[in-house]
Amino acid sequence: MSRPGLAVNVAGIRMKNPVTTASGTFGFGPEYAPYVDLNRLGAIVVKGTTLKPRAGNPPPRIVETPAGILNAIGLQNPGVEHFIAEALPYLRQFDLPVIVNIAGDTEDDYARLAARLERAPGVAGLEVNISCPNVHKGGLQFGVDPEAAAGVVRAVKAVTTRPVIVKLSPNVTSIVEIAEAAAAAGADALSMINTLLGMAIDIKHRRPFLANVTGGLSGPAVRPVAVRAVWQVYRAVKLPIIGMGGVVTAADALELIMAGATAVAVGTASFVNPRAAMDVIDGLEKFMTDNGVRDINELVGAAHGKDGK
Amino acid sequence: MVSLKSAVLAEVLENREVAAGIRLLWLDAPAVCRAAAPGQFVHVRCAENLDPLLRRPLSIHAVERGKGRMALLYQVAGRGTALLAARRPGDRLDVLGPLGHGFTIPAPGRRMALVGGGIGAAPLFFLCQELAERDVSGYILAGARSREQLIVPSLPAAGPPDEWLAPGRFVRRAATDDGSAGHHGPVTDLLAPLLAGREVDAVYACGPRGMLQAVCALLKRYRVPGQVSLEERMGCGVGACLACACRTAGEDGRPSGYQRVCVEGPVFAADAVLWEDRI
Repeated sequence: MSRPGLAVNVAGIRMKNPVTTASGTFGFGPEYAPYVDLNRLGAIVVKGTTLKPRAGNPPPRIVETPAGILNAIGLQNPGVEHFIAEALPYLRQFDLPVIVNIAGDTEDDYARLAARLERAPGVAGLEVNISCPNVHKGGLQFGVDPEAAAGVVRAVKAVTTRPVIVKLSPNVTSIVEIAEAAAAAGADALSMINTLLGMAIDIKHRRPFLANVTGGLSGPAVRPVAVRAVWQVYRAVKLPIIGMGGVVTAADALELIMAGATAVAVGTASFVNPRAAMDVIDGLEKFMTDNGVRDINELVGAAHGKDGK
Repeated sequence: MVSLKSAVLAEVLENREVAAGIRLLWLDAPAVCRAAAPGQFVHVRCAENLDPLLRRPLSIHAVERGKGRMALLYQVAGRGTALLAARRPGDRLDVLGPLGHGFTIPAPGRRMALVGGGIGAAPLFFLCQELAERDVSGYILAGARSREQLIVPSLPAAGPPDEWLAPGRFVRRAATDDGSAGHHGPVTDLLAPLLAGREVDAVYACGPRGMLQAVCALLKRYRVPGQVSLEERMGCGVGACLACACRTAGEDGRPSGYQRVCVEGPVFAADAVLWEDRI
């Protein structure tokens, strides 16, 4: 039997396999290049990028929780001009679709970022971050309100020809409602989930562990939430989904794929194992070989059975 | 095709308690030893499953390159280090490194003060090993809460053999908070007169945040250069996650933003670290 087909297409972004990196967990690529051959990734989603450089939150920015972590980095990044001048030329040497995660304080910020990146060669797609829980303006405020989410998506779509992936927050009553609003506003794909808003207290010092008080929960602890979100949105919205949340192994990735994700992102797991994304790719291929699956696309939404779409 | 780095599965050779709650772990890790420099750390996976999830950054305590052996000195402080304490000789430990930016090796003829506080003194042994063959002299100043926690110099078993410490070129002094060994008071009490008397050209320090801050204040007052090794809660250890942020100043002394303790550090120039931005 020939090798199974791992290639997927997310709204026109052709990926050689369905595995990408979750924004903020893989830097801009060079950080992990000593450990992995970036050419093997299906795509890379880079650190959240803003119009101007951002210093980020004061430390402590991270604390460990059961099978997970809380982080409050606060979108520290060198700004879009630096990204275009330094990070993008580096990434273009690889055979790798580059998806740029963009974040702003206002609708206009998102539009200006998208317009600026429209003129930058080598950007395969935009991931619109309306779900960062760790900044005080923008971010999550757009991700919890269907009209605000739709406004950002329309503003970005008006100025870009690149596929627009909208990253959704699980910190909502109905993720389907936000997904539908993003789809109606013209989103080309959805990614989910961003981190869950959480908190931990240092009982010895009687204060929050994180300087930002609250942070975003990620890691294996959140995976069932991600599987549920992908499942619900897959049934309601006809857009490709990039699933993420606690993926450590190929089995974890398969849960998200069978729930309805066309692609999956490896995030926090890279901190534990720099090769985690490679291990997921290898594991997917082995699962397919062992189970006689010829094309990964056959597994997308497979858990929905006949009553799926 | 460039060859890729990877974490190694290092065999545990020895893992024993050498002071109250402080353990010495020897690992068979030739590749890590070859690349390691004083002040660098390794990122150690303590759990075999996913809880606790993150690796633990531990500074390299000693290296025997000829034997391919490396020692880590750690304090059992939480779930991760408790799991580490349970590892037995023959077990394999997932180790990523060496990582980070270590101490600058001083030029010949320099007179140094090496200041360690508590478990933070761990990397000074490796530094002393590297200095043993060089014409560098000065003082090793070790502080701890009490005699039981004192790592230098009352516990030679915890460190390299005495000859590595190049006695005769380094004078060793201790300070304890409770007076149970050496000077009764903070280790900075031992440093201040050396700085005032112009007896050292530079100071390298590692230890708790409060001690480092006090060392940096003395260095500024006496206008002596130095390097400090910082600890911060860490995520990836390779510079991607930006969790281990340290606020730093540029060459003009003005705040220049956050740097990564895991990549630009853990060792920073003493005058680059800004201490105020912390809850």
